[in-house]
Amino acid sequence: MTALRAHRLVACLALAGIAACSGGEAGDAAGAPAGDARGQGATLRAVRARGAVKCGITQGAGFATADDSGRWRGFDVDFCRALAVAIFDDSSKVQLVPYTQQQRFAGLQSGDVDLLVNGSSMTSSRALERSFHFGPVYFYDGQGFLAPKSSKVARAAQLDGATVCVQQGTTTELNLADFARRNGITFKPVVMEDLRGAVDALAGGRCDAISQDGAGLATTRTMLRNPNEYVILPDRISKEPIAPVLRFGDDQWLEVVNWVFRAPVAAEEFGISRATVASAAQSSDPSVRRFLGLEPGITDGFGLNARWTYNVIAAVGNYGEIFERNLGPKTPLGMERGLNKLWTEGGLMYSPPFR
Amino acid sequence: MRARWNARVLGQALALGIVAAALWWLGRNTRTNLEQRGLSLGFDFLANPANFDIGDTGGLPFRSENSFARAILVGLVNTARVAAAGCVLSIVVGFVLGVLRLSHNRALRGVVRSAVELMRNTPLLLLLLFLAATLHAMPSPRNALQPLPGVFLSDRGLALPLFDRPHLVGFNFVGGMVLSPEFAALLGALVMHHAAHVSEIVRGAILGVPRAQIDAAVALGLSRGKAFRFVVIPQALRAMVPLLATACVSLTKNSSLAVAIGFPDVVSVLNTTANQTGHSIETMLIMIGVYLTLSLVVAAFMNRYNARLLRTGT
Repeated sequence: MTALRAHRLVACLALAGIAACSGGEAGDAAGAPAGDARGQGATLRAVRARGAVKCGITQGAGFATADDSGRWRGFDVDFCRALAVAIFDDSSKVQLVPYTQQQRFAGLQSGDVDLLVNGSSMTSSRALERSFHFGPVYFYDGQGFLAPKSSKVARAAQLDGATVCVQQGTTTELNLADFARRNGITFKPVVMEDLRGAVDALAGGRCDAISQDGAGLATTRTMLRNPNEYVILPDRISKEPIAPVLRFGDDQWLEVVNWVFRAPVAAEEFGISRATVASAAQSSDPSVRRFLGLEPGITDGFGLNARWTYNVIAAVGNYGEIFERNLGPKTPLGMERGLNKLWTEGGLMYSPPFR
Repeated sequence: MRARWNARVLGQALALGIVAAALWWLGRNTRTNLEQRGLSLGFDFLANPANFDIGDTGGLPFRSENSFARAILVGLVNTARVAAAGCVLSIVVGFVLGVLRLSHNRALRGVVRSAVELMRNTPLLLLLLFLAATLHAMPSPRNALQPLPGVFLSDRGLALPLFDRPHLVGFNFVGGMVLSPEFAALLGALVMHHAAHVSEIVRGAILGVPRAQIDAAVALGLSRGKAFRFVVIPQALRAMVPLLATACVSLTKNSSLAVAIGFPDVVSVLNTTANQTGHSIETMLIMIGVYLTLSLVVAAFMNRYNARLLRTGT
């Protein structure tokens, strides 16, 4: 077995970057050992055997950054921690694997991580052609532009003929080309491998604008030396529903991820926060009691602790708290909730019922 | 005798068998894994519209509704023009530097030596990023430098009058021929790095010509310059050409660092293609094919030149 794995590793190295490298294949399917990340129920088994959730992330202010003490923080990281809490009741039992936009899907396909929580948009081609599952949308975004105020550009359509820096390996390049065709204008894209390169090119004047998802633009603006000299244009030229990405073939894992990602939204709907979750557990409201795992048969499937929802809210808080802590107006990113408000407040965040 | 021959054939057959088995196993493993994920191999996607734009097309017309195949061709042309220009320039510059390093002027020798050491020992990527940043610090198109009438130098590159005069429309120069800053930075970095290597090859080859040859030439009444040109260089060329071929091949391969500064070379376009379509294996195979072909073409050219050199030399 070990020898076989070693061989496979060599083959993977030979085909570096190719999606064909995997933890297991047809040969091991019979035994489906605990370390194997494939097939029905295999992911959760592997996670438990490993003692940690392996989460693919992409570094970015507010979403996933390491703080002074080396601890990862951010919006995406909090959702990874929520998973760790649900499975292990311990928010530290995550292994975060940073990927570039380029490497992320190969990393997931190869079984390197259990899921991606890194700002990937849900699209039909990724699901239907490339065989990925998407969990619930936990962030609604759209592609926009960041331009220097000195260029006096107010709307994206005024950027005709402009040089636009984009990061490679995203849907950004496609949206940009589509937008140009729709509006009968042209762009000169400069495609950078990493964000830093694109930011430097904008700061140096090589590009007239950067195009990215709205969240990315807020992050990028903080990376510039004089953020106040740049403006995020109001146009959104695409829909970017951000959702966790999983491999095909493990429905159980998909459902675990689905419901863990919904729990913070449901908590906000109930008005339960980190501070009030203990008192909410004393509530006589049957829907709150069901949500917090105080009634049997609601949250205790797949060998999860029935109180996992309680533990998740106590550890990371509700959706609003996660948003405000990492992205909200009090952070350097200063983002408004916008579409990410609860549906009852005019946004799109809506949790199916826990019952 | 016969037994040894048999053993050799057996050994070769065994080696071939092992390679074939490894390839078969790799292929089967890949196919099984792809099937498990519901993925299929094939190059049909190349005909689909690319749906992305390319900033620097090297003069080839390209629109986002063109096919992936055409996008890859544009990338290939970009790689080829950087490689061709880089090869020629680095050999010329390297040759001059190599000869200068053997100059009798001590100061000149010192200056050239430090320049060569600096270029040779700086990582290529660093050199590339440094040049790209420098070119980005050029004035904006509105304040473009105009060293010659119709020639504009700005952070959008070098606009040259070709067929028509470049002029500023909105954000960028339109018309004429525009060399993008990414192209210039990539070419510059490749030439600096490889010219330093070439200069060492040239110096080594010249020093390799026996001292007696020069003495003999001088004894025959040739001036030092003539002795160098007609006696030393022809002999040194034979020693350096195979090494120059290697330098050219490695320059061609190093041009793939273009991705780091946003030049749309064939690797950059193939990366985007892989990302949009998910056909990583196919794009990887294309990439291998492209670089193998380019390297073989460069090597073939140099070998032909080398063969001619050897023929006329005898």
